[in-house]
Order: sequence, then structure tokens, then C-alpha cells
Amino acid sequence: MTAPSRRSLFQMIGVVAGSAAMYHAMTELGYAEGSSFEGPIKLSRPPAGSSVLILGAGIAGMVAAMELRDAGYKVQVLEYNGRPGGRNWSLYGGDTYTELGGATQHVQFDPGQYLNPGPWRLPFHHRGILHYARRMGVAMEPFIQVNYNAYVHSPNGYGGKPQRYRKIQADFHGHVAELLAKSTRQNALDQAVSKEDREILMQALQAWGALDGNYEYKKGVASSMRRGFDVDPGGGIKSVPVPSEPLALSDLLRSGLWSAIGSGHNYELQSTIFQPRGGMGTIGKAMGANLGPLIEYNCKVTDVRQDGEGVTATYVDSRNGGAPRTARAQWCLCTIPTPILAQIPMNVGAPMKAAIDQLPYLAAVKVGLQFKRRFWEEDEQIYGGITYTSLPSTTISYPMWDYYSAGKGVLLGAYTFGRPAYLAASKSPQERIHDALRDGAKIHPQYPAEYENGVAVAWHRVPWAMGCQGAWTEEARDQHYNNLCALDGRILLASEHASRLPGWQEGSVTSALDAITRLHARVVQP
Amino acid sequence: MMRRICFVIFLMALPASAADTPDMRGAPFAMQGGEAVYRGVCQGCHMADAKGASGAGTYPALAGNQKLAEGGYVLSMVMNGNRGMPPFRDHFTNAQVADVVNFVRSHFGNHYKGKIREVDVQALR
Repeated sequence: MTAPSRRSLFQMIGVVAGSAAMYHAMTELGYAEGSSFEGPIKLSRPPAGSSVLILGAGIAGMVAAMELRDAGYKVQVLEYNGRPGGRNWSLYGGDTYTELGGATQHVQFDPGQYLNPGPWRLPFHHRGILHYARRMGVAMEPFIQVNYNAYVHSPNGYGGKPQRYRKIQADFHGHVAELLAKSTRQNALDQAVSKEDREILMQALQAWGALDGNYEYKKGVASSMRRGFDVDPGGGIKSVPVPSEPLALSDLLRSGLWSAIGSGHNYELQSTIFQPRGGMGTIGKAMGANLGPLIEYNCKVTDVRQDGEGVTATYVDSRNGGAPRTARAQWCLCTIPTPILAQIPMNVGAPMKAAIDQLPYLAAVKVGLQFKRRFWEEDEQIYGGITYTSLPSTTISYPMWDYYSAGKGVLLGAYTFGRPAYLAASKSPQERIHDALRDGAKIHPQYPAEYENGVAVAWHRVPWAMGCQGAWTEEARDQHYNNLCALDGRILLASEHASRLPGWQEGSVTSALDAITRLHARVVQP
Repeated sequence: MMRRICFVIFLMALPASAADTPDMRGAPFAMQGGEAVYRGVCQGCHMADAKGASGAGTYPALAGNQKLAEGGYVLSMVMNGNRGMPPFRDHFTNAQVADVVNFVRSHFGNHYKGKIREVDVQALR
């Protein structure tokens, strides 16, 4: 390999330093923490007649409802939708979804196909949600986060030709290892690495980066055992493998593609990750069935009022309005998303009100695309996992079920946050699908010939969420988080937005358990 | 070049929330002019006709909305957000903010006097 330019070197150092700095920052934001779940909760029996009104039959509301019911509380749950689950949700063929603004999509997926518009991954250490999924009898299958044969893609690298994750990762590690080995040999690391450790470091770099006997990363068996061969070894006479040529360091750096190989290193995206068989929504459905008549559906809450003895929620039918009805209990656990809750009159103190008002939900968009055949498997040997692109669609994910089946398949054709998601929310569902097809065709030219139908969910247009997850900033968390979580008279809140695991169902579970534990302590020791 | 690199850094570094990519990222909004900003971003919630929408909660109508009489109020909402509205201070330039505020105050049946200037936006930064 040729020596990198000074500029390239600085860029590479930036990657390493940047990642560390980023990790530090994210840790402070609470993003990188593990779950606080400590095993099944056990509440003592409350005084006879103790009652809790729960607003929202999402994961937080239903976990709380099951545990409070089991402890002996009288529980009632009001839910806006006609189904349980909230953001725990899967769309199947035959489903109809109407977003704010009135656009209605009739999902046309084949049987067995689905899109999880919301959460789709369950990291192994999210033990709370996994506990409840198991308790509900929901079957799990592995979620493939990292697929070495999927692509990383940018229009700015390699003429826009998608690159296999495997090659980008092998070459990036290999080049970095070679540079470090060179520096070590030139005694440039003397201050950081002792003489005794230097030998070990050299061995480690050779093994980690697939360097050859001269500590160089170049075309040969060692590097091809990582990045793959031009011709794979085989049996019989045609058995000789042909090594492949690594990408040049400078091209690799300038492509930006090195940045797309890291997601699986993150604690929350490390193996093993699970997905419920048949769609994430199976968890919510099972919880809803468990709670049965305790959940009242199609209830739009319009007012929440507490007094000395209890809390009264006023609600109307979410489909056709009609006469207001009321529900009342001694206590109220509210899991309504803050963008909606901020608009519902509720007599809580100024600190909680301010905390609710300042917490919008993030923009996010997911697009599901059904294709006539599983060309990513048949033509490209991609079985599950994720392709990343710097195009607006950001994420393409391959179905992680029914591998090798002859039938159709639904791709996650786009999964994007931030500005691209804002832009997509301003478009019609058909335009969002069109954009996902346009981006995806640059990676998979089979798209136009094989596409059948799709569905697009922009979370700011979801009528019962108005965003995908609480949009916390570090400053806002310092100022408002404790006020959001504190018991205010007889009202307290739970959701992922009242957790340090924003956007994760584990945040909802641990938030709910923490909330009802505090509530219960207040009930049994007034 | 650096802009692109930075964008992609986030694509990977991110022990992000539930996302592979954190919010507040992505290419800067390129549209120019109040109408383009509204069509590109604002109508995602306030809708193409600026009449808002209602589900479990409501995106308020901007059409014929008397609250828009006070330009400073609209400016503050765009910059800081409140009650479900996200802050856009990190997404838009001063010109984009001023343009879209002036656009919504002079369209959709609104005819409010007085323009927000870029210096007014800058004053909130």
C-alpha cells in the first residue's frame, strides 16, 4: 500500500477520536446505558379498593396494567386505537392505515409478510421487554444487525457502486493495522507502548488487520480470508483460490464508507438481537389479550383532572366523537405521547407541565416494499441484515425470516430519522415509496422489475403518536427529566419518553416498572 | 467534503437511541424561500392547506390563525418549538426561518403586517 497523505491520516485519526468523543457524549445523554431491569417485579397486596386508571395501551401502559392487576389493584386502561400495542405495531396485508392529513393506505402484502413501522429490534440485554415477551409466549428469532455480505453505499464513493460490508471493513481494519504497525516499528509510539508490549502489539495488529508476514495489508490469502477472494477455493481440479485486491486507503477514506461499518459495535446493536416471529406487534397483541376487558378501546382522552381523592379522565369515542364519558380511579398512570399530552388539559404542577410541553417527538420514516421475488437472496446472497446508504433512504433491511423461500419478500426500503424524515413526512405516502424505490434502485437494479406494492409510515403523521420517540437533549434532560418522572399528586407518567433508553421498548418497560413501584410505595405507606 | 464526512461519521458512531442514525443529522435543508421551506418541511404536520390535522392530538391550523398576528410568536415557535412542535433552530438558516415565518403570515388567508428579518432570527440564537 502507498503511504497515505498527511490529510488522509488526519481524517483517519478523526474517525477514531471522533468515535470516542461521540461515545462519551452519547453516554452523557443516557443513550449508551444498559437496562435497569432486575427481574420480575413483586408488589405487595395494596389496601382493598385501590385503583389505577392507565392512559394508553402501549407497552408501558400494558406492563403496568398487568403488574398492578396481579398485585390486586382495580385497573382500567383507556386506549385511543382499536388495538393494543401503541408503537409496538406491525402492518400486514389487509390492514388499513390512515395518517394525519387523511391519506389512507391499504396494505397489500402477501400473507406472512409485514412491516414493523416502529420498533423492530430487541437487544439481548433488554431483559425487561424480553421477560414480558416470554411471559406472553411470543416466539423469538434472531435479528441480523450486521451482514458482511450486505452493502454500504454512497454516491460519492466508487462511482456510486455499492460495496460489500465485508470488503470495506476488512480493508479499513487492514490499512489501519498496517499504519499502526509501521508507526510502532518506527518507534513513533514509544511513549504510549512499552518495549515489552511492542512485540505483542505487532502480533495483535497482524492478526487483527490480516497483515502479511511483513506487516503489510495487501493482496494475498491473509487479506482475502477477510475480504473474500476473486475466485473462492473449491474442490477438485478447479480448486485454486484467486485472492482479491484490497481497496486503496485514499479511495476508501474519501468514499466515506468506513463510517457505515460501525453500527454493530454499539452496545444496543450487538449480537444477539431478537425479533418476535411474525412481527413486533405480536407482543402488544398478546399483552392486549392478556388484559382482555380491562382495556377500553377507541377512547380519545380530552381532559385529566385530579382532586384530593382521585383522578377523572374525560374521553370521547376516537372514531366518531359523541357524548363525553368519564373514568375515575384513585391514581392515574399516563403513557400518552408528550406531543399529545401537552394539548390535553391536566391539572398537574408547573414543573411536570413544563417538562411535558418541552418534549416533542422525533421525526422518523419507514417504508416497506414488497417484491415479487427475494432477489437479494437469489442474486446477491444477502440473507437478512442491513445495507446502509448516504442517500436519504439511509437504511435498507432484508427480511429475517423465510430465508430461501421461493416466494415474495418485503424489504424495509427506508428507515430514516432527522432531516430526511422531515422531508418525507411532507410528502404523500406514494411519494415516500417512490423516493425509496429511487434510492434503492441505485443499490439493487432489480427494484423496478420486481416491485409490487408498498406502505410508508411517517411518524409525525401518526395520529396517535405525532412522532416516533421523545426528542431529549442533554440540557432538557438536566432541567426536566426528574420533573417528568416525579409523582404529581395522584398522576405520574411512564413511557420510553420517561426513560434513559429513548425509543426503545425497554425504556417503556423499565419506566413503567419504576413508576408503579414508586406509586405502590406511596399507596401502601401514605 | 467535510460536510459529507461528518454526516457519515454519525451514520456509524451512534450508539443512538433506537436509531442507527441519531436525529438532527442529515444533509442541511437546501430549499430557499418561504414557500419552499413550508412545502418541504412544515406541511409535514401543518398540512399542505395549512389547516392542520387532528387525531389523538392536534396540529394547529396556520390558515386564518390569529396567533400569527404576532410575528415574534411565530418566530419563537419555529426556533424553539413547544407542546409537540420540535425546535428548528438547528435545522434552518436565519434566512430560511425569516422567509417561512413571513410566508405563513402572508398566505393561507393571513394578511399580517410587519416582516421578520434575519437579524430578528439571529437575536434568538
